[in-house]
Amino acid sequence: MQAVIKPHRGWLGSSLARREAIEGYLWIAPWIIGFLIFSLGPIIASGYLSFTQYKIGGTPEWIGLENYRQAFFVDKLMWPSLMRTIYYSVATVAFGVALSLVTAILLNQEIKARPFFRALYYLPSLTPIVALAILWRWLLQPKVGLVNFMLYQINIPGPGWLTDRNWAIPALVLIALWSTIGGGRMIIFLAGLQGVPKELYESAEIDGANTLQKFFRITLPMISPVILFNLILGIIGSFSVFSIAYIATEGGPNYATWFYMLHLYYNAFSYFQMGYASALAWIFFILIFILSFIQIKLSSRWVYYEFS
Amino acid sequence: MATSSQNTPATSSSISLSSRLANPLGRPKLVTNALLYFFVIGAGILFGLPFLWAIGSSLKPITEIFKFPPTMWPIEPRWANYADVFTIAPFLRFIYNTLYITAFAMLGQILSASAVAYGFSRFRFPGRNMLFFVVLSTMMLPWQVTIVPTFLLFRFLGWINTYFPLILPFFFGGGAFYIFLLRQFFMTIPKDLDEAAKIDGASSVRIFWNILLPLAKPALATVAIFSFIEHWNEFIAPLIFLNSTEKFTVSIGLRHFTASAFESDEPREAILMAASLITALPVLILFFAAQKYFVQGIVTTGLKG
Repeated sequence: MQAVIKPHRGWLGSSLARREAIEGYLWIAPWIIGFLIFSLGPIIASGYLSFTQYKIGGTPEWIGLENYRQAFFVDKLMWPSLMRTIYYSVATVAFGVALSLVTAILLNQEIKARPFFRALYYLPSLTPIVALAILWRWLLQPKVGLVNFMLYQINIPGPGWLTDRNWAIPALVLIALWSTIGGGRMIIFLAGLQGVPKELYESAEIDGANTLQKFFRITLPMISPVILFNLILGIIGSFSVFSIAYIATEGGPNYATWFYMLHLYYNAFSYFQMGYASALAWIFFILIFILSFIQIKLSSRWVYYEFS
Repeated sequence: MATSSQNTPATSSSISLSSRLANPLGRPKLVTNALLYFFVIGAGILFGLPFLWAIGSSLKPITEIFKFPPTMWPIEPRWANYADVFTIAPFLRFIYNTLYITAFAMLGQILSASAVAYGFSRFRFPGRNMLFFVVLSTMMLPWQVTIVPTFLLFRFLGWINTYFPLILPFFFGGGAFYIFLLRQFFMTIPKDLDEAAKIDGASSVRIFWNILLPLAKPALATVAIFSFIEHWNEFIAPLIFLNSTEKFTVSIGLRHFTASAFESDEPREAILMAASLITALPVLILFFAAQKYFVQGIVTTGLKG
């Protein structure tokens, strides 16, 4: 699209073009080096390590698929940690994306003090994760926390939240929702909504469409690429959940918030099982790849591209 | 806003009905407005209230921490909680360390991301689009996939418990998000400017440094702000690469301090909350000072990504 001059045969033959290409490569060289050392290299290296037994300080010992056998059939914590992660991910992405869209729609109306509300909604996403954990551990404190106190006011006995096995994940979902609904995702939705041409709504109104019809027939299709973008990033982000659980609950109570990434982290950096941790990383990598691939494939059924 | 919500209850039903009948295309304005503000303000309270709670709680004396019913604002605010933050943990040290890391990492990120973005936006070379696609796809690469070999590499280099792992990688590309943002911005600057300079014999370094960078100041400001927040708030990398307390950053220092605070006899929740607010403060100030750059940055990268 941008390359007006198509690289035809002998394009590099011209000395000017060759010079330009060399200079271009030089300018992007920092990224190429960084990509090889900090992305591609480690991906390949962890692929290799996943077939070895490697405790830090020793030498990697080739054991074939043993780590994968361990992960899938022996490790009692692996499957439950994956299931918990899926539970957390489905809840945060479903509610998170929907509520970010709702708040974006609210802010897209003609309201007074819009910049003020936009800033207010955005603030939680800036809170450092440790501060977030400290704040919410107190808000969700079963006896003297604000949340249970408010529930108490309306005669609902509040649960133990982070201290209760069944409520720990919902509590983390709540924290995640508070801190992400009004963040970057909402701003992206807002920009998407503002990009929908006004004429579409006007002509729909002339045809007698009501608000709901306009929303489902115009708004949703027009912003569907943005929804897809937010869904894919949301799923990758929520599957990688680590910090909040590590700080607020340390995987507890009784493994209730022991997510996949905590499992990987503890294997790598507490038990120093680098080979096994690499296998866990690769399983995760492939899982994320498949999930993103499926979403992109399925998206052709519901995502509407204006120019295609 | 106050007037519209006061007016609604009395008139809502009649207005909605009559306006629908009179004008099937229009909406019952007052009702929708009242509902709209109800939700906008309601969401505002949900997002804002925890911050007020945090400020109130950070001032609670020990006697009020476990008081029931809880107080939003302490009866006797104890401002000394903020001073205690600096005596209980070497918090000033943590702040200094974090500023140090953040400053160098930011520098690396701004310099290398803008150089790479310049390369992608102003030069034609084989494989450019494919490489740029690779840049974008690294945005979706979770850190966990690369962390083990990266850790082993830094360990091999003897860099564990130094700041190199937290700074050096950012001099190599600076992150896909920033490359993308700056490339988008460079593409909006007319090429005529650098063509003219080229005819006058300016090298690409000169064009980059003297023409493009000065014009890209708003985009560079956006990058600087996001970069500052990224490094100030960073938790995982310092957790993995640093292990002695005097090298800690604010976030892992705070986390360390949290873990030990719960083992002490006195309840220290209020002091922890004060420390949390101190940690969050620079980012919040930056946000209010530079709001427009935030929105700009998210919008350019979000939409085209």
